[in-house]
Amino acid sequence: MAFAAFSHGGGGSKKSAAPVSKGSGKVALLLLLPGLFYLAVFFIAPLFSLIATSLQTMDISSGFPIYNYGFQVSNYIDVVSQYGPQIFRSFFYALLATIAALIISYPLAYFIGVKARRWPLLQGLMLTLVIAPFFISFLLRTFAWKQIFSNESWIVSGLQQIGLLSPDQYLVGTPFMVIFGLTYNFIPFMTLPLYTTLERLDVRYLEAGADLYASPRKTFMKVTLPLSMPGIVSGTLLTFIPIAGDYVNASGLFLGSTETSMLGNVVESKFLKSYEYPTASALSVILMGAILLLVTLYVRKSGTDDLL
Amino acid sequence: MATEFVARGADLELKGIRKEFPGFTAIEDLDLHIPAGEFFALLGPSGCGKTTTLRLVAGLDQPTKGQILIGGKDVTHTKAHERPVNTVFQSYALFPHMSVLENVAFGLKQRKIDDPMTKAQASLDLVELGHLALRRPAQLSGGQQQRVALARALVNRPSLLLLDEPLGALDLKLRRQMQIELKAIQMEVGLTFLHVTHDQEEAMDMADTVAVMNKGRIEQMGSPEKLYDRPKTVFVSKFLGQSNLFVGSVEEENASSISINVAGSKITVPKDRAEKHKGKIAVGVRPEKAFFHEEKPKLGAGHNLIGPGEIIDIRFTGVSNQYLIEIPKIGNVTVFAQNIGKSPVTELGAQVWVSWKVEHAFGLSDLPTNTGSETITESITVQ
Repeated sequence: MAFAAFSHGGGGSKKSAAPVSKGSGKVALLLLLPGLFYLAVFFIAPLFSLIATSLQTMDISSGFPIYNYGFQVSNYIDVVSQYGPQIFRSFFYALLATIAALIISYPLAYFIGVKARRWPLLQGLMLTLVIAPFFISFLLRTFAWKQIFSNESWIVSGLQQIGLLSPDQYLVGTPFMVIFGLTYNFIPFMTLPLYTTLERLDVRYLEAGADLYASPRKTFMKVTLPLSMPGIVSGTLLTFIPIAGDYVNASGLFLGSTETSMLGNVVESKFLKSYEYPTASALSVILMGAILLLVTLYVRKSGTDDLL
Repeated sequence: MATEFVARGADLELKGIRKEFPGFTAIEDLDLHIPAGEFFALLGPSGCGKTTTLRLVAGLDQPTKGQILIGGKDVTHTKAHERPVNTVFQSYALFPHMSVLENVAFGLKQRKIDDPMTKAQASLDLVELGHLALRRPAQLSGGQQQRVALARALVNRPSLLLLDEPLGALDLKLRRQMQIELKAIQMEVGLTFLHVTHDQEEAMDMADTVAVMNKGRIEQMGSPEKLYDRPKTVFVSKFLGQSNLFVGSVEEENASSISINVAGSKITVPKDRAEKHKGKIAVGVRPEKAFFHEEKPKLGAGHNLIGPGEIIDIRFTGVSNQYLIEIPKIGNVTVFAQNIGKSPVTELGAQVWVSWKVEHAFGLSDLPTNTGSETITESITVQ
């Protein structure tokens, strides 16, 4: 249901379904099998395994922690009370980075999709530039930002000189830097869905708005923005969801510090460093549940069903 | 947004309008005055500049040169949303994310008019769609969408209502019905209507004044009756109905008429119905004003007579038969004969003479180029 937000045309499949003969129905089922198999093996099974792990009990009688399958719901209460700040930070950073990405991407997508329509070559070039960063590793690019904003960089010293930063303040390790990195890394995921929606925006609606006494600003608010909601919804989902689970940008190795660690960083350290599997699993389940809930509410609230 | 909105129509004046697009000129020095309260039609083929003219008036495009005055006020440099003008777009351009009622109330809300919803509902009732107010535009038929577009424009009581081929997408029956309704609404609200169309029947049916546009210029302007009865150019005579045209040099002239020689036949036209009185000119007659005779008739000086020729095609169209007659050395002539029960010869190959009253002929200011279109019959003789 929430995933319908990602697709533009898939909506009213019920209406457009052509009558299929029995034979082709079997073929369709056969074609579906690999997909269903994939989902069962790589999604449903791990999901149950994850939930089961999150409820395990710890046995230290042997002097070494051993985990047994159980039904210890208190694991969840423990992680929420212990890692509340990280959980909050995850969603707060994700929200800020998504908003920042939207503000940056919208004018860009509008320019490529609407203003540049007359020059397909420019359009293609700009779209290529939007996805060009993907040609370089995500980790390298994030690390490059760490270098650019490092304590010795002229940017930081410049900011210190004009008084935007005090002499003992730096950028790397701050929430600003983490949100900056998240925004930067996920902008293409916002721009592309916005572009596909805006590219199809019928400018005659904008002319109708102007004809009906709406100033350019009003026309944007009342016509352009509502008509681009499908793109905004898919773009924000495609950025918000991965950002909420991201652990690279906020990590101390890259742009963050212990003060900026997000849910993903806790999961990473519990799984890979201290081997506290139930804790890590419970956090993962919480992240997943929270995202599912937020996304459902968001899609319902934005009421874009009929525009998708 | 300090535009004053008037309840009655205002007049529109275009002074020396010129519009150039990269690579071509859409409008060349257009001067036009449309009196307040008139139903004015701009008629022309696609690409003649009529829609561009409309967009300039609406403020959606800027003229390269010239002035636009609405109600005496220069609006040339004001934006579209500041002009007391509303448009019924060819594509309707109804906002898909709003209900029909919200669409109609949009303009009122922008101008902060009291009680927009009640007024919008009243406007929808006027076009008999009050019961569909809460639907989305996509749920309506083409004809219903067209009426919503009309209601959305009319509710604002603009000084000037622009109609951009709004009936083009409708089927014939619905188009007829909407033509009648549009005309009735215009008479009722008393607004100035500027209607752009390529459909000559629609223009003649609805408009008080028709301007025929061609290649960025107005060829002729006047009441539909006058334009039809007395076209001044080949283009107008072809575009507005059908015409038989004959080209020849003026050989006789008296106080009231001139005669041309077309391959030995004398064709006379009254002087006051001819644009040119000397040299090589084109004289025309409408197919329904021409008659044919099985035997050479004895007619007085008040008639033109050509023939004999052979009937080479007969088309039955219900109310009339259309005969195509080939006259040696003159060319093909079309004659419409009403099916009123005493139909003349209807056999292919019959030999006939064609006649019409001198007072029905008209003389044109230009000569036809030898590229006859399929709906028009031309007879051109090389002399």
